[in-house]
Amino acid sequence: MKAKEVPQEDSILEGNRRACYAQDETGKYVVVPSRGWEVEKIINAQTHVEIDRSIEEARQEVMNGAASPLLYHMRSRQMTVSLLAATAGVWSWRVKRHLKPGPFASLDGAMLGRYAEALGISVEELNTVPAEPGAKRTP
Amino acid sequence: MTTPFIHRHAAHCETGTVAALLRDRGLDLSEPMVFGIGGGVFFIYVPFVKMGGIPLAAYRGAPGSIIKSAYKRLGVKVRVMRFRSPDDGMASLDRFLAAGTSVGLRTSGYWLPYFPQNLRFQFNAHHLVAFGKEGGDYILSDPVFEHPVRCPAADLRRARFTKGLFAPKGLLFYPEEIPANPDIKGAVIDGIRFTCRRMLVPVPFMGVAGIRYLSRQMRKWPDKLGMERAAYYMGSVVRMQEEIGTGGAGFRFMYTAFLQEAAGVTGMAAVSEAAGMMSETGDKWREFAVMGAKVCKGVLEGPGAYAEIADRVFDCAEREERIFRLLKGAV
Repeated sequence: MKAKEVPQEDSILEGNRRACYAQDETGKYVVVPSRGWEVEKIINAQTHVEIDRSIEEARQEVMNGAASPLLYHMRSRQMTVSLLAATAGVWSWRVKRHLKPGPFASLDGAMLGRYAEALGISVEELNTVPAEPGAKRTP
Repeated sequence: MTTPFIHRHAAHCETGTVAALLRDRGLDLSEPMVFGIGGGVFFIYVPFVKMGGIPLAAYRGAPGSIIKSAYKRLGVKVRVMRFRSPDDGMASLDRFLAAGTSVGLRTSGYWLPYFPQNLRFQFNAHHLVAFGKEGGDYILSDPVFEHPVRCPAADLRRARFTKGLFAPKGLLFYPEEIPANPDIKGAVIDGIRFTCRRMLVPVPFMGVAGIRYLSRQMRKWPDKLGMERAAYYMGSVVRMQEEIGTGGAGFRFMYTAFLQEAAGVTGMAAVSEAAGMMSETGDKWREFAVMGAKVCKGVLEGPGAYAEIADRVFDCAEREERIFRLLKGAV
């Protein structure tokens, strides 16, 4: 790839530039910063569609009383049950139980605090979900 | 007496970190040299190992392997520390920084506030250099960013002690002893031999055979998985090639840069020839990425498109086989 062929397209890097290797005029491969590439934007969006869908599904389930807010917050941290369990220091089977509204409602403050800490949110946030769609998948 | 740390923009976190730590201690090797010496390009496609429901595909070796191999081949003694407690891990980092020692850290990318939102995934094998602390902020040289960045202590702490696959456990490392006259030529040849061996290994899902395997599997995706899932699989392969800091074409361009430098170091004509071939192969991989993205976008559809893409991937395998046979004969 030639240096002038390194894509400088609108992308996902938020003003950052990514280092690519490409050929200068003498044919030598050197670092050429890239503003972004449409290809990376397309494949990046593909994963986010999937993640956002799963977060929104969780939000709906919480609103319908089928799941606890923990499910929503776990998904919006892009976590699986096993990752949340390891992060909070709770057995996986207990995390699974706490994804249901009933068992979640009976959690004590200490347990809620552990989940909130693991997710990087406050206990108040942990107890609720947003009223409107619009997934947020990072802190 | 210490000289100020110099940040240099790199394509890949691991090679960039290794190069930066050596440079800060007086051994100035380029990122591609570290990459080539530390193991270089690879390919693996294992459909029965799934990560997030997607078959494992990678264009290089396991996280951490480049660090280990690069230091080993250069004869550098490296100190590696892991911590049970985050408090200890942060206190230890502070002691090194207070003493003016730059250190490498393994982190998750997800919790680093300076990362672009869309690139924050729960993936634990990011590497960076810490070289200063100002107030509550750490001054980091994250190789894949253009300039040094600041990171609040609480965020860095979280990023260093995430759990799950490749959990960093506060991993901290730095070169302790660097030989006065490292045998660069020997390390380069060792590195090339290693890469040849791995790319030509007679295991169906690794190296050149792995690329052919991916090509065969790809052809069957539309029938086996349905169009939506097939496009997702295609996107995940392209993602490993282009989104994860590879310098373009799944490390193939960075490896070309290495082979160009290696040709100078070894004086071997075959290495120079291989560099030219690798550059062309990188262009072919890029063409594959463009077509793969079209499939994801729905511009290209149907089994015919997959067959055409599979042909291109197969062509990359043929080309890489020729390159590594040539190199193997030379070193």
